[in-house]
Amino acid sequence: MSEPVNTFEAQQQGRPTGPLVQGYEVVIGFETHAQLSTQSKIFSRAPTAFGAEPNTQACAVDLALPGTLPVMNKGAVARAIEFGLAVGSHIAPRSIFARKNYFYPDLPKGYQISQFEIPVVQGGSVEFYLGDAKKSVRLVRAHLEEDAGKSLHEDFIGQSGIDLNRAGTPLLEIVTEPDIRSSAEAVAYAKELHKIVTWIGICDGNMQEGSFRCDANVSVRKPGDKLGTRREIKNLNSFKFMQQAIDYEIRWQIEQIEDGHAIQQATVLFDPDTGETRAMRTKEDAADYRYFPDPDLPPLVIAGEWVERVRSEMAELPRVMAARFVADYKLPEYDATTLTQSKAMAAYFEAAAQASGNAKLASNWVMGELSRRINSGEADFASAPVAAATLGLLIQRIADSTISNNAAKQVFDALWAGTGTDVDALIDSLGLRQMNDTGALEKIIDDVLAVNADNVAQYRAGKDKAFNALVGQVMKASKGKANPGQVNELLKQKLG
Amino acid sequence: MSNTTSAALHDLTVRALARQLQQRQVSAVEVAQHFLDRAQAHQALGAYVAIDAQATLAQAQAADARLAAGTAGPLEGVPLAHKDIFATRQFPTTAGSRMLAGYQSPFDATVVSRLADAGVVTLGKLSCDEFAMGSANENVAVPAVGSDAPTPVRNPWDTQRVPGGSSGGSAVAVAARLAPAATGTDTGGSIRQPASFCGITGIKPTYGRASRYGMVAFASSLDQAGPMARTAEDCALLLSHICGPDADRDSTSLDLPAEDFTRSLDTPLAGLRIGVPKEFFSDGVAPDVRATVDNALKEYQKLGATLVDISLPRTELSIPVYYIIAPAEASSNLSRFDGVKFGHRAKDYADLVDMYKKTRAEGFGDEVKRRIMIGTYVLSHGYYDAYYLQAQKIRRMIADDFQQAFQQCDVIAGPVAPTVAWKLGEHGSDPVADYLADIFTLPASLAGLPGMSVPAGFGAGGMPVGLQLIGNYFQEAKLLNAAHQLQQATDWHQRAPQGY
Repeated sequence: MSEPVNTFEAQQQGRPTGPLVQGYEVVIGFETHAQLSTQSKIFSRAPTAFGAEPNTQACAVDLALPGTLPVMNKGAVARAIEFGLAVGSHIAPRSIFARKNYFYPDLPKGYQISQFEIPVVQGGSVEFYLGDAKKSVRLVRAHLEEDAGKSLHEDFIGQSGIDLNRAGTPLLEIVTEPDIRSSAEAVAYAKELHKIVTWIGICDGNMQEGSFRCDANVSVRKPGDKLGTRREIKNLNSFKFMQQAIDYEIRWQIEQIEDGHAIQQATVLFDPDTGETRAMRTKEDAADYRYFPDPDLPPLVIAGEWVERVRSEMAELPRVMAARFVADYKLPEYDATTLTQSKAMAAYFEAAAQASGNAKLASNWVMGELSRRINSGEADFASAPVAAATLGLLIQRIADSTISNNAAKQVFDALWAGTGTDVDALIDSLGLRQMNDTGALEKIIDDVLAVNADNVAQYRAGKDKAFNALVGQVMKASKGKANPGQVNELLKQKLG
Repeated sequence: MSNTTSAALHDLTVRALARQLQQRQVSAVEVAQHFLDRAQAHQALGAYVAIDAQATLAQAQAADARLAAGTAGPLEGVPLAHKDIFATRQFPTTAGSRMLAGYQSPFDATVVSRLADAGVVTLGKLSCDEFAMGSANENVAVPAVGSDAPTPVRNPWDTQRVPGGSSGGSAVAVAARLAPAATGTDTGGSIRQPASFCGITGIKPTYGRASRYGMVAFASSLDQAGPMARTAEDCALLLSHICGPDADRDSTSLDLPAEDFTRSLDTPLAGLRIGVPKEFFSDGVAPDVRATVDNALKEYQKLGATLVDISLPRTELSIPVYYIIAPAEASSNLSRFDGVKFGHRAKDYADLVDMYKKTRAEGFGDEVKRRIMIGTYVLSHGYYDAYYLQAQKIRRMIADDFQQAFQQCDVIAGPVAPTVAWKLGEHGSDPVADYLADIFTLPASLAGLPGMSVPAGFGAGGMPVGLQLIGNYFQEAKLLNAAHQLQQATDWHQRAPQGY
C-alpha cells in the first residue's frame, strides 16, 4: 500500500516564518490520540471503564480468540463525525479500515485495526489565540483506530504482565500539518484541541489516565530551507511537560546541527525527572507494518443524512459561539475566544452579560477577576461564590456610576469571601458609593488647586504628569468616592 | 434394535433421518450411538480428530426429550460432525494445527449454534488441512481419533488415495457413512474439491451468506461455510439452517433473511441455460474426468436444459491471484498465534523475539509457514502494489467475467478438479502441483459466487468425479434445484464405497 501523499513541503510554501530560536525556525506537527467516550469498545461489546482489575474488561474479541471478528461501534463513528464537524473537516462518505501488522504481546491480534489510506475525517483546522495573535493549525486528518493493551514490566520479576482491558478502546488520532512554530504555540494548540474534544463530549480529556495523549513531531531549519529531519516526542501527557520537552528538543537539535551533526529521524521519550528527551528507536529499526484493507470490515459508509443528524444534535461549538458573542455582544474577537474556553465559562459570561446589560464589562470581569480566582483553584464557574446574576448587578452599579471599578473590586472581594450577598448593602456598608454631586466635587477640586500651585504651574508649562498628580490628589481628598471621569472633566475646565 | 435396521440407519439421508426421528421410529440416542460405533469401526480412515461419546449422547438425550415434549427443532436428533475449523465449546478446536492442540473455545461458532438450534446433535470434529490450507488433507498436524501421531485422511473409495482438502475429513465421514452430513468450509474449493474426490454433494454459498463467526480464519475475504452431505436435498435442508444474518458478530455477514433453499428443488429444468466455459475443458483436464463431466452434461440436456458455450478468460489467472490474496490475509490472520495468550508456546526461549520464533516454528506446519511467508512478502513495503493491489484488480475482473457470462446462462457447469483423487504422497514436496489442481474452484471463490459439487459418475480407477455448478450471487436455490434434478435422474450420489 502506498504511503499517503506527503504534501507538507508544498503546503509550507507561503506560510509566514515563525519566531527564530538562535537563527532557526521551529516546525512542529502534532498527532493526538483522543480516547472516545463510548461505553463499549470500538469493535467489541466489552466495557471501556478505566481502572478495573487487569483483564476483567476484555472479551473474546479483545483477546483475539480464534474465530472472533470485529464489529464496528456506531457510537465511535458518531463521535468522529462530531469532531469533524467541530473543526470544519470533510466527513468521508466512505472510509476504509486497514490492518497495521506488528508483533507485540499487548497487541492480541498481531495487528491493530486503524485507518490508513482513507480516513473518516479529512482536513479542517483548529483556531486559537496565542497572546493577541490569532493562530490556525490545519488538520491533515483524524482517523478511528483501536488502542492496544498494556504491558506491565514492574510487577513481575523477570516476566511481563499483560493487561488487555485497554485493548480495543476507541481512539481518534488527530494529525496536524506541520504548522506550529513554537513550544508555546504547540501548548496553545493542544489546549484548544483538548477544549474542543471535551466541549463536544467525545473524550473525557483526562490526561493522567491517558485519554488525551499527544505526540509532537519537532524539527528545526534555517528560514527558507526545506523541512529539517523530525524527531517524534511520544506520549506527552501534561501541558507542562509538553512545553519542557519541546523546548529541550529544540535546543538539542540546534546544538547537534551547530556541532555539525545531522539529525536522525527518531522516536523519543521525554523524561520529566531529567527534563531531557532520549531516543527509543531510530528510523533504521522502523517496522514495515504491511498495511492492507481489513477484509473483516467492509468500507465505513456514512450517509449525508447521518452527518446532518449529528450536526443538528450537536451543542453550539466554541467557535460558533465565539462568533455569536462578537455579533450579538459586540465583543472583540479575543474576548469571544477567551470566553469560550469552556462551556461553563461561556455560560457564566452570558448570564452575567444579560443580568448586567453590559457585555464588555461582563467580559472584562469574567476574563479578569473571576478567571484569576478560578484558575488559582478557588472554585469553578459552576460553583463560584459570586453568582453570574450577582456579578451582573455589580456591573450595573459600575455602569450607572454608583461605584468606581476599583470600588467594585472591593465589593466583589466581599461577595467572594461571603461577607455579604446584597450588592447595594455592601456598597453602603463599605462606604464605596461614588460622589456624583458636582457642587461637592467642585469644592474639593478648588481646595486641591489652591494647595498645589506647583503642580498647576507645571501643568500649564506642558507637563502632563502634573495633571495626573492633581487627579490623584482629588481622588485622595474624596476618599476614593469621586468619579474619576468627572474629576478629569472638571479639572480640565478649571485649568482652562 | 436388530442389525438390519441398524445397518440401514447410516444409509438414510438427513431428510429421512429427520422424518424417522420426528415420527419417533428411532431415537436420537440410537442414531448417535450407531454413528459413533461406525466412526470407531472405521477410525483407520482418519476422518475424526475429536469424539466425545458422552457429550454426543447427552445432546442426543436432550433431543429425545424435546421430541417427546413436542418442542423439537426441524432437524432434532439428526447427528452431524463439524470440520475442526469451527469453534465448539464441547469439543477441542485445533484447526488441524499443533498450534492449537487441545485448544478449547469458550464459544460455539454461529454455524454450530444455528445447527444446534435446529436440533442437530454433534458427533465430533473432523480432520482438515492445517488452518484449511491444502487440497489433499495431507497437511494435518493433529492425530486422528484412535491414532497417536498425525495422520493424513484416507479416501474410502481407495484408501491409498487422498480425499481432497481442506475439508477432507468431512467428505470422508459422509462418503463412508460415518456421519449423515458434515460442515465444511471453502476458501478456494475446500468443500467442492473433497466432495468431488469422495463422491458426495457439497455447496459453498455466496460469500456473506453464512456467518464466519467462530470459524478459525484462513483468508477472511474468501472463507465461507457450507454443508456436505450425500444429496442436494440434504444440502438444501442444512444450508437453510446454516445461512442467515449475524450482524452483531460478523460484519461481512449479509443482511439477508434466512431462506428455505428446498423451496424450488422440484422445479423442472426445461429451458435452463447451462453455461459451459471453454477454459474448464482445456487439455489440462484428464480424459476420464472430461468424459464423465460430458456425460453428466448430456443428462442435463435430457432433462431439458440447453448448453451454452461461454468463456471465463481469466480462469488461469485465478491461481496466482488466489495464491497472493489468500496468503496475504492468512499471514495477518495467523499473527495472533504468538504464544502469548493461548495455544502452543515454546518451552525454552531467551527473550520475547526468541519465544515468538520458536513458538511459531514449532507450532506451524510447512504449508502454513510457506503461506505466511508468501503473504508477508506480498504485503511488504515496495511489493504491495505489484502483488496484492494488482491481484485485487484482477480479482475484480474475474468477478466481472462471471457477470458477462451470466448474461448468457443461468448456471455454469464444468469439472470441479482436473483429475480424480491422487495417490497419498503423489504430489510429494511440490506444493505447486496442489495449487494448480485448484484451478476450477478458485474463480468462483474469488468472485464470491455460490458453487457446488455434485456426483457425476466415476473416472479412472472407479474414483468419483464431481460436476461443479456455479450460480450467480444468491442463486443457491437454483443450483440446488439443478443438482437435485440430476440426482432424481441418476444414482451416482447413492453409490457407496465398498465396505462402508
